[in-house]
Amino acid sequence: MDTFVQQLINGLNIGAIYALIALGYTMVYGILRLINFAHGDVYMVGAFAGYFLAHQFALAANPTAGGLAIVMLGSMIIAALVGMSIERFAYRPVRKYSRMTTLIMAIGVSLLIENLFVAQIGAAPRAFPDFLGSQSEPPFQLFGNAAISKAQIVIFAVSLGLMLLLQWVVYRTKVGTAMRAVSFNLNSAKLMGINTDAIIALTFAIGSALAAAAGILTAQYNPNIDPLMGILTGLKAFVAAVLGGIGNIPGAVLGGLLIGAAETFVVGYGQSIGIASTYRDAVAFAILILVLLLRPSGLLGSTVQEKV
Amino acid sequence: MPTYAKRLLGIFIALLLLYIGDALTSRDGLFGFGIPYYYAEILALTGISVILAVSLNLITGFTGQFSIGHAGFMAVGAYSSVFLTVYCTESLELWLAGIIGQTAAQSLVFMGVIICGALSAAIAGLIVGIPSLRLRGDYLAIVTLGFAEIIRIVILNIDSVGGATGFRGAVSPWPGRLIIPAYADFMWIAALAVLTVVIIYNIVNSDIGRALVAIREDELAAEAMGINTTRYKVIAFVISSAFAGVAGVLFGHFRQFLHTNDFQFIRSIEIIIMIVLGGMGSITGSVLGAIVITFLPELLRKLPGNLYSYRLVIYSALVILIMLTRPQGVMGVKEFGISWLRRAQRRPVGDKPVGESSGVPIAEQIPPSAIDRDKEVRNQ
Amino acid sequence: MKRILISLWLVVTLVISFGCERRGVDGTDGDSGPVRVGYYGDLTGATSSFGQSTKNGVDMAADEINKSGGINGRQIEIITEDDQGEPNKAATVVTKLINQDRVHALLGEVASSNTLAAAPKAQESRVPMITPSSTNPAVTQVGDYIFRVCFIDPFQGEVMAKFAANNLKAKRAAILYDFNSDYSRGLQQFFKKSFTALGGAVVEEKSYTQGDRDFSGQLTAIRSANPDVIYVPGYYGQVGVIANQTRQLGIKAPLLGGDGWDAPQLWELGGDALNGSYISNHYSVDDPSPSIQKFVADYRARYNVVPDALAALGYDAMKVLADAIRRAGTTDRQKLRDAIAQTKDFAGVTGLITINTERNAVKPAVVLRLASSRFVYETTIYPEGMAPPAGSPTGD
Repeated sequence: MDTFVQQLINGLNIGAIYALIALGYTMVYGILRLINFAHGDVYMVGAFAGYFLAHQFALAANPTAGGLAIVMLGSMIIAALVGMSIERFAYRPVRKYSRMTTLIMAIGVSLLIENLFVAQIGAAPRAFPDFLGSQSEPPFQLFGNAAISKAQIVIFAVSLGLMLLLQWVVYRTKVGTAMRAVSFNLNSAKLMGINTDAIIALTFAIGSALAAAAGILTAQYNPNIDPLMGILTGLKAFVAAVLGGIGNIPGAVLGGLLIGAAETFVVGYGQSIGIASTYRDAVAFAILILVLLLRPSGLLGSTVQEKV
Repeated sequence: MPTYAKRLLGIFIALLLLYIGDALTSRDGLFGFGIPYYYAEILALTGISVILAVSLNLITGFTGQFSIGHAGFMAVGAYSSVFLTVYCTESLELWLAGIIGQTAAQSLVFMGVIICGALSAAIAGLIVGIPSLRLRGDYLAIVTLGFAEIIRIVILNIDSVGGATGFRGAVSPWPGRLIIPAYADFMWIAALAVLTVVIIYNIVNSDIGRALVAIREDELAAEAMGINTTRYKVIAFVISSAFAGVAGVLFGHFRQFLHTNDFQFIRSIEIIIMIVLGGMGSITGSVLGAIVITFLPELLRKLPGNLYSYRLVIYSALVILIMLTRPQGVMGVKEFGISWLRRAQRRPVGDKPVGESSGVPIAEQIPPSAIDRDKEVRNQ
Repeated sequence: MKRILISLWLVVTLVISFGCERRGVDGTDGDSGPVRVGYYGDLTGATSSFGQSTKNGVDMAADEINKSGGINGRQIEIITEDDQGEPNKAATVVTKLINQDRVHALLGEVASSNTLAAAPKAQESRVPMITPSSTNPAVTQVGDYIFRVCFIDPFQGEVMAKFAANNLKAKRAAILYDFNSDYSRGLQQFFKKSFTALGGAVVEEKSYTQGDRDFSGQLTAIRSANPDVIYVPGYYGQVGVIANQTRQLGIKAPLLGGDGWDAPQLWELGGDALNGSYISNHYSVDDPSPSIQKFVADYRARYNVVPDALAALGYDAMKVLADAIRRAGTTDRQKLRDAIAQTKDFAGVTGLITINTERNAVKPAVVLRLASSRFVYETTIYPEGMAPPAGSPTGD
């Protein structure tokens, strides 16, 4: 039983990270119908921005929770700027062309960011400073053997807070209304006097900031950061977005948590039903395929009837 | 010249070129001369790239279905065929060699192996295609990606094909050949590359091709015109997978070593970049793209010291630059050939009446697709 | 039809534009001019930190030799090519190094899969190749021109199994390995074999891959199996994190590892959680022997980091090659190959290197204990048939 609870905590923990990244995918897709392949790399950029900020301002030497907050805020701003420039200089010029073109552009941007980072700082993993001290402190015992570490609690709390904030922005503010309008119909929104370019840029900024937050949070739990860390995590987060119903914000959160939990449970219990832990990375994709076959618009997505 | 004589002449010239190419890249060379092995090797890899690019173009360029799992089907073809040659065909080959001689026996067996590789990739394509081609474009992209990853992970789990060490020959305790035979020489690769181009060209210019292009341009309209869109999409997908399988067979028997690291996500992306660069919906464009993308990274190796470490940055920046300046690719949907040159000579540019059908392939007659993507957004 | 002809014509034009060369002419010049050594490795891919470390070691060895007058008066020229960690590219760049750059010998790859793809090219062209750190047994079985200066997976797996069973008196072991890495899988397999043969039981086996960010699922399962030791034959990037997450889950069993752990970053990633773990390695940075301390000091002065095992092996591979060229007195491929094969008791940074008839290096492994950011020498374990030199501590 305590093993089960432990696996659940682990799964939801990694799932919360997937969810934060998935939000960026889903928001951009909702507005531009674009799979932003570079989003996983923005997550990586966020983690590295935090790393360099921490070392630049000597926060790494004297790590505190306050330091973590500053670093996280700083890296979210940097990632937001990166996301906006990607949109402005790479996606906007090709927005009028076919979807294929924008997708290739996204792949190109992703490759460029990865290769640039590898060429500039090398692919060797770096250690992100441990702000919470959770790596030296013993974890909190829940009951039996189940334990939860400080980093895990912070990941849950911060990601939940950010998701609620996003929900509030999208559904309770004027900007959020504009975002929903643009995602509903870009041209009509334009006709209604919404500055669609600004809204799109804002969407990229928000999504990228969330990815950066995910990068910093995950680095508190797994301090190993490297320039290629965004590829696999990004892909799985995208799968999470599709699973929940792409374009749907609560769906992305649900999808993220589900993928995280499923992966952990396959590792923990897969053996007893004949799935080796070696299939862990295939699980996300297998679930995705199954869901798409049974419910092509994802768990919470609404089916859109194409009009002629 | 009558048509059949033209054809015969063409075939003769093609065979002659093949022979010369084969001799030039072989160990002995042609009259003692040959091209450097390094370039010979890149040439062979280019041939394999051509097959991959042209076959992907059928599904992505002509049918408009975005597949990013082509490397997965290549892996299926490669691993299944190499499995056959390593574990199964040795005694058959020996027996055949006793009847028709060594070379003929090898060629015959290899032909069978190619067909098996193509078939297994086609079956994989069918399994992936039937359910997923009902999905909208972007979903298809991510499903094909997912399948390719699953295929890779499954292969990693099979010990008899080497797992994470790589597949070089029979793995103990299973008996078989210790080294993958080097069947795929320049002759095979070039011949199959040409064959692929010819077959895809003919498909595109057949009634199937017209249906596929109709699906690309407007799936709903195509459906309304009575085209069974799912059926045609599956057909295109299966054919495309089969050729990816052929490329895999050639790769395995050329490289004599298989490892799943060569069939990762990034490999599928590379193939997509080839067809995007050349122009989606242009076969000659794909050939051009395959040549450029296979040679470019090798040429970039010549960059001096500091720039060398930035060569992959330059490579990806080039991709972005092409997308920014010429998103339809170098060739767009046009084909490159003698008739194209002749037309360009005869008429000033921009004066081509639409619908003129004197040997102009159907794909060329259709204006560049979906430039205005607002249409798509509006439709949802 | 014409389009096809044109495309064919294009290909042929390309072919001719590259020009032809005369076949059957051996490209090697005489015994003058610089000794060209080709190094290939992953410099831009996912495993580029390994490739870069090895390259650093190779470069440093070559510079040392060049500064002291070269080999028999000839300078060494290192020609480096990047294979991006892909086997296919590894084979292509080795073809380039052999046929375009006309190298006399090759050094390279860390990952056995890349070496396995490239080695047949070297064998075919009869160019001696020394791999610094490919540990899969199959690598040197490719042919008689392929050598290595590291020990092989079976030996390293056996070393740790012996140490766990005999020194730590462990009865129950769990294994957590990198599924995508043949190195990790090799160690996992041979550790299991030896440990079971010594009377122990492997109670849980879990895997991960290099892209994974979270290992808690595997570790929770391992925790419920209650092992005495956990064998983690992975690379430092993941291992540091695994150590951390192990302790966060409250698991107290010591972690055991291999040479893949050895890197300065391990301490930053794992911190105090690593204390009490043991690894098998090629050498110990803390070894007081003057030659090792000189190597460590020089490396630090040059690259500003502590050398890891890969750097040390790269350094040794270059030195072994240079030694063979010196003894052969020529870069003639056949003679050079024979000289490498006759390497005996070469005093490298990573121990005394003797090349055996399978072209593998026979050398002892050291077991190191991890304590407060240092590798502390614990014991040396010798391969079967190799007697420990008189006066040194014995392994078992």
